[in-house]
Amino acid sequence: MRVIGGVVPAKGEDMEEIQNTVSRRRFIQGVIAGGASAYGASYFFRQNGVHAQPSLGAAERLVTLRVNGQDRRVDILPQETLAMTLRYKLGLTGTKLGCDRAECGACTVLLDGVNHYGCSILTHQVRGREVTTVEGLAAADGTLHPVQQAVMDEMGFQCAFCMSGFMMSMVATLDKNPNIDRDEMRHALSGNLCRCADYNKILNSAMRAAEYVQRS
Amino acid sequence: MARTYHGTDYTPPDLIAKVTGKARYAEDWRAEGMIFAKCLLSPMPHCRVRSIDASEALAMDGVHAILTEEDLPEHGPMQETCVTNEPLFEGQAILAVAADSETLCADAIEKIKVDLEPLPFALDPLQSLREGGSNARTDGNSIVREVLEEGGRPQMLVKETKWSDDLFADADRLPMGDPHAEWTFGDLDAGFEAADVVYDVAMYHQNVTHHPLEPRSCMAYWQNGKVYVHPSVQSIPITAGSIAGSIGVAPTDIVLICEYCGGGFGSKIAGTVNIPVSVLLSKMTSRPVMHRITRYEENYMGRARPGFQAQIKVGFRKDGRLVALDLYVVQDNGPYGIQSDMGSAGTVASLSYQPENMRWRGVSVLTNTPPRSAQRAPGGSQVTTLIEPLLDRAAEELGIDRFEMRKINAPDSDSKFNANQGGLTCAYVREAIDKAKELVDWDNAKALSRKREGSKVTGVGVAVSSYTAGNFGFDGLMVMKPSGTLTIHSGVGNLGTHSYSDVSRTAAEVLDMPWENCEVIWGNTAKHLPWTCVQAGSMTTHSMTRAAHAAATQLKEKLQQIAAKDLGGSPSDYTIGGERVYHRSNRSRGMTYGKAADRAIALGGVFDGHEVAEDINPVTKASAAGRAGQGLMGAARDNYERAGSVYSFVIGYAAIELDTDTGDVQVIDYAAVTDCGTVMNPRSLAAQLHGGGVQGMGMALGQKWTFDPQWGVPFTHRFYSARPPSILDVPSVMKAGWVDEPDPHSPVGAKGIGEPPVGAGEAAVVCAIRDALGGHDFNRTPVQPDMILNVIEGRPDHYRPFTTHT
Repeated sequence: MRVIGGVVPAKGEDMEEIQNTVSRRRFIQGVIAGGASAYGASYFFRQNGVHAQPSLGAAERLVTLRVNGQDRRVDILPQETLAMTLRYKLGLTGTKLGCDRAECGACTVLLDGVNHYGCSILTHQVRGREVTTVEGLAAADGTLHPVQQAVMDEMGFQCAFCMSGFMMSMVATLDKNPNIDRDEMRHALSGNLCRCADYNKILNSAMRAAEYVQRS
Repeated sequence: MARTYHGTDYTPPDLIAKVTGKARYAEDWRAEGMIFAKCLLSPMPHCRVRSIDASEALAMDGVHAILTEEDLPEHGPMQETCVTNEPLFEGQAILAVAADSETLCADAIEKIKVDLEPLPFALDPLQSLREGGSNARTDGNSIVREVLEEGGRPQMLVKETKWSDDLFADADRLPMGDPHAEWTFGDLDAGFEAADVVYDVAMYHQNVTHHPLEPRSCMAYWQNGKVYVHPSVQSIPITAGSIAGSIGVAPTDIVLICEYCGGGFGSKIAGTVNIPVSVLLSKMTSRPVMHRITRYEENYMGRARPGFQAQIKVGFRKDGRLVALDLYVVQDNGPYGIQSDMGSAGTVASLSYQPENMRWRGVSVLTNTPPRSAQRAPGGSQVTTLIEPLLDRAAEELGIDRFEMRKINAPDSDSKFNANQGGLTCAYVREAIDKAKELVDWDNAKALSRKREGSKVTGVGVAVSSYTAGNFGFDGLMVMKPSGTLTIHSGVGNLGTHSYSDVSRTAAEVLDMPWENCEVIWGNTAKHLPWTCVQAGSMTTHSMTRAAHAAATQLKEKLQQIAAKDLGGSPSDYTIGGERVYHRSNRSRGMTYGKAADRAIALGGVFDGHEVAEDINPVTKASAAGRAGQGLMGAARDNYERAGSVYSFVIGYAAIELDTDTGDVQVIDYAAVTDCGTVMNPRSLAAQLHGGGVQGMGMALGQKWTFDPQWGVPFTHRFYSARPPSILDVPSVMKAGWVDEPDPHSPVGAKGIGEPPVGAGEAAVVCAIRDALGGHDFNRTPVQPDMILNVIEGRPDHYRPFTTHT
């Protein structure tokens, strides 16, 4: 039997399917199976760079992730979330943690071009997939992605803690449908929360981004 | 003054780091050898720690230290500490553990034996005021500010306040025992006598957690006797001073770095309660310590707006004039220091509606619920939302247009307000109302009132909201470099309002400097920041444009002096333009700014900052010393005259669609128009108007606390049970407008705008719901679908007037 991220497939379940569409329930199962502490508000984060120590009964495994077009070798725990791996092991802190429980979308990243909450997917499950974070949006020469340029030009967002998550959702949305209207865009971005509630300006940015994408 | 930059859209210098993911917020910092901290939280709303046995935890490999109250610097009994032996709310930290990882911290916490003695707790202020009602603190149930000795400063005191049962006889009226604070102006009885309509209403406004999207994580380490702190805070230089006592370090030994703050809304004004955890554990372990705060913990320690239980009696004359207002607020203060909300409520009401006669009374009751702090328009938003529907009720009864009703009672530049009947620097509320009517096309918008289509009925609401918008007496600091670059040292925190940069544009304006040749330095006390106001109470834009103007003007005078020294004549013969200082009669007789900077370094003394004005703050003096000799310095205190208080105003307009089958309310249109003086940054201003308005809508429609009354623990956690409005909860397009009339008591004319949009949005939506329901008053926030359905279906309310946390 293959075990992915601590998730044991039920009879008849397709492993690839599980790998690609981990439900919230399965995610939690995975975390519990990974032997994480269940105290109050604790997190499942274990390792800190050079001070890494294997957790009780939860061996780290060296894997290769494809992040922002590069292969990255990294030791991960079975219960480790993608947001944690990105932020604490790969130095990609542009992906934010606003709630760590799939309530705010600040950790949104792209998996094969589709927006996902980085806090709610296990790192094991993204092996073999293309992971894109906010740091991977601009071209190698520094040219901004049309979405980034649009946010610059519209001065989108206030405190911007939600910004990278919103931008990743915009990128995924416009990739699928650059001819989107404002109301459709609103629905496409509804998985992201902005506590400054700068939604008017965020939508202005998104619609300008749509223009830029159409033009390119 | 010139308006090349003021009132113009631009791209603030921090934006590129934000869009590329390079901006570092508190939790994004790393340091070599960094370890982690986590806290053990109280499982009870009020208890006393009898003993802590951490021996097993400390013996664990990788566990470095435990922080308890005994390890903290000396503190007073009212001071909320980062860990405590007497938790006053469920979720308060009892101790903190430092270990190699967070999981290890959590494992260690599991091994710590804590013996807790449960103590009585109080959740509902009115229950606590009853004879036999429990007290939130062992020393009492209410908090007052009293002057103990003549000429002394007011002290905060905990008192036991109990009211006799007969005051509680009528459950539909607020029991009104002796207030702890009160003021009156005019003749209240005569006012009500003169009134043609009088309403006397029991009111309730809920408590609301701030929940900025960035939790208040903090990383700290020590180096060469100084502590480097990476917190998430709204203000910068002033925070170093305000946290010094809680970590036992002189402010000058604190390096505070916070270039990006992920929102605060008043919950991170000049520090956060958890900062000492990482600072002190770092000292104990000699390791950098990261203390990540979770969303769950934000609900506990993340601050909240105090709720109100209130009785409001208001009288209007036939012509719509508000002639008498009697306001009594029982404030849900939480367990610590007295909150300003109830007092501000009186101030704001007296300003926004200009009652001819008014009395304000208040009692602040301690409860074992998460600590409060100012939340965007503290007290203002609550009182605006409670009173505005009463204006609609009177307007309807008296046959007066609703905008007209606000105009009749609006303040102007000559108005007086508050207990002391002080004046304003300026107010252009009627102008703002006229603009709002135009912006929303009021004559047509009114047609949406009570318009029914299928199960949907629409309603419109308007509101006037006011709040403080400026202070004075702070410092500006800037250096013209020989390269011709103007480095502007901005002590303003960067919490997303762009004011750290907006106020710097005043310097460019005064010096006729191309903005691209200006460099703004912010967010790090090691980078020589001037003494700056708190980023709270909408103080910044007014206060710090004045300070920037003062410093830039001083720098300009020094340019003229240098030119006169080198090129002859008197300083007044010279003027500036095109990055040069030159003779008024001969443009070629002059020098570039860069050359003047070179000359300043050669001249030294007052020119390059080796000598500075006596009246600037010691913080600015130290920063000036750090930059002395690097160019031509402007370092000055804002000594501009000011008469009157600075207030900004927002007119809100909301249209809602109410589903009579489900009770659901959708906001379908929103507009806000402000009088906030000279407009600095139009896009940012619109964002403040809309964002604040939407935060108000969240309070109007759903965000609240619920508690288990038996065990005193909250059911409201994180975002899922008290979710702030999402992008689908607000109109797709919102409108904004402004009067753009300068404040005559500032050389720049700008006033702050952070606060008043909230009450405008909240009250306009509540008024719109009232309108849709044919004039039904809930006298309570939030207005939720079950309440609406009860009204539609003729069922009784499921709450009593003052039911709280339900």
